[in-house]
Amino acid sequence: MPHELTFLLVAGATLGAAVAAMALRNIVHCALAAIGAFAGLAALYLQLNAEFAGFAQILVYVGAVAILILFAVMLTHGSEASSSTRASGWAVAALLGLCLALGVGRSPSLWRDAKPAAGASARQIGGALVSEYIVPLETVGLLLTSALLGAVTIALRETETKTSDPGIHEERPPRASEMVSRS
Amino acid sequence: MNGFDQIFVTMAHRLSGAAPAPVQPIMLAALIIAALMTAFGSCFALTTIMERKILGRMQNRLGPNRVGPCGLLQPMADAVKMLIKEDLVPDAADRTLHALAPLVLTVPIWLAFAVLPFGRNMVAVNFDAGILFFFAIGGASELAVFMAGWSSQNKYSLIGAMRGIAQMISYEVPLVLSTVTALMMAGSLSLVAIVDAQSGYAFGWLARWHVFTPWGLAGFGLFLIAAAAESNRSPFDLPEGESEIIAGYLTEYSGFKYALFFLGEYLGLFAVTGLGVTLFLGGWQPPVKALAGTPSWFWFAAKFAALIFLFIWVRATLPRLRLDQLLNFSWRFLVPLGLVNLLAAAVWSWTRPWQFPGSMGVRWLIGGSILALFYCWLGRGLRPDARPARQYHYAA
Repeated sequence: MPHELTFLLVAGATLGAAVAAMALRNIVHCALAAIGAFAGLAALYLQLNAEFAGFAQILVYVGAVAILILFAVMLTHGSEASSSTRASGWAVAALLGLCLALGVGRSPSLWRDAKPAAGASARQIGGALVSEYIVPLETVGLLLTSALLGAVTIALRETETKTSDPGIHEERPPRASEMVSRS
Repeated sequence: MNGFDQIFVTMAHRLSGAAPAPVQPIMLAALIIAALMTAFGSCFALTTIMERKILGRMQNRLGPNRVGPCGLLQPMADAVKMLIKEDLVPDAADRTLHALAPLVLTVPIWLAFAVLPFGRNMVAVNFDAGILFFFAIGGASELAVFMAGWSSQNKYSLIGAMRGIAQMISYEVPLVLSTVTALMMAGSLSLVAIVDAQSGYAFGWLARWHVFTPWGLAGFGLFLIAAAAESNRSPFDLPEGESEIIAGYLTEYSGFKYALFFLGEYLGLFAVTGLGVTLFLGGWQPPVKALAGTPSWFWFAAKFAALIFLFIWVRATLPRLRLDQLLNFSWRFLVPLGLVNLLAAAVWSWTRPWQFPGSMGVRWLIGGSILALFYCWLGRGLRPDARPARQYHYAA
């Protein structure tokens, strides 16, 4: 019974955070609520004995993706969502919700009592990654390396044009008010 | 002697055993949590006064000496002062986030202590992926810094938060790279298994701590530097550089919220120091075989205190880095050296079967020369004349 209780609490908190991420007006608040939902998902993974997946979820989503989202929000100026996109937003959300509900509803494991699976240990996951799934792993590594190189190339080109252009000194530094989105 | 070694474990089990059977696991968990919070809470109080005393001694002054004998009650006075101070929140601030940020920093840090083995059988939770848990918990501190800086609606707060996040992200890479070597050797992500991998004695007397290997020594150095940067310790305390940006993301904090930030930063330092002791200094293992009977928790505490003293010493010694120096140091020096260190660790691991006389010396020579070569080569890239002069875009 305590297991169900914690599940309901965590699931409720996760759903609440997800709804808040959609419903709040200030985009930084939305991003923070989305991070709350990521953390709630990690708690659900932990409850399913998926230690590695749970910790990786926190490490990747809360530690890295969240910071990326927050930076992206800060670099874009407008913080208030315009209300004109509302109707199309509802349509897309309804479509996605329908697809998800259908996908989950058709899952065969939903309607019968699943046995609690023994969580895979980090050692098993590591072993599988370097033996069975070595090709996908290397592909992902290659993809990430090329993304990193691409980011460095873009960043380097910017500084080169900056240093070669003496007019840069006249450029006005961005004011903090432009970087901070006001609520 | 074994009873004395296990005194805390026995005490916890006796105390929780007195409770009725259904609540015993909860009692045990509550006892462990209470013990950890008391120990590291007092450690925080003690460190603040010792830090001020030691800094005073190193700077030829007395330090706090008015409250209690030798000023030892100063932390109490500070706590009372912090509690009764007015809690100011700027008008423009985002009140919810402003209040939430110190909690997001301080609360998760306590969880990190759960996976550290403080002595033989003295670990709250032995997670299979303990070290992953530790670093996952650390992710929350970046979020807290962002929340504090953004919600204050203050230029200096925001600049401080941006510096803090840039620094934490940059130095997390060498921190994790230096950690990976120890994980490779233990073949496990569990911190208990990492301590067990450092058991036994070389030459019949010297402990097999990772720091006594070439990759371990380099890894320990990398780890200490990255740990100081991760916990915003001097010389990496730019996010709070008071001569440039007032107090960084702490500018708009006062009263107990400020104290919570202070607590959170020290707890972060304690947690990462405990991790360093576990990964490279053999955890709770005594240094030589002759001391094998001594209590394990004493050795953890002694190494922990020595490292905290080292951090205080560094703070008294080194000036603060500039932001470009900070980032160059991480990406041009620490990260490549961390990668080379992985190679050195792999070589050490491959040559483990060597048993001929003097094999230890040969292995040391190979690993040490790989590291020394790259240390010199990478270090040349950090010299001021190795790079074009710094362009000041906005300050000119």
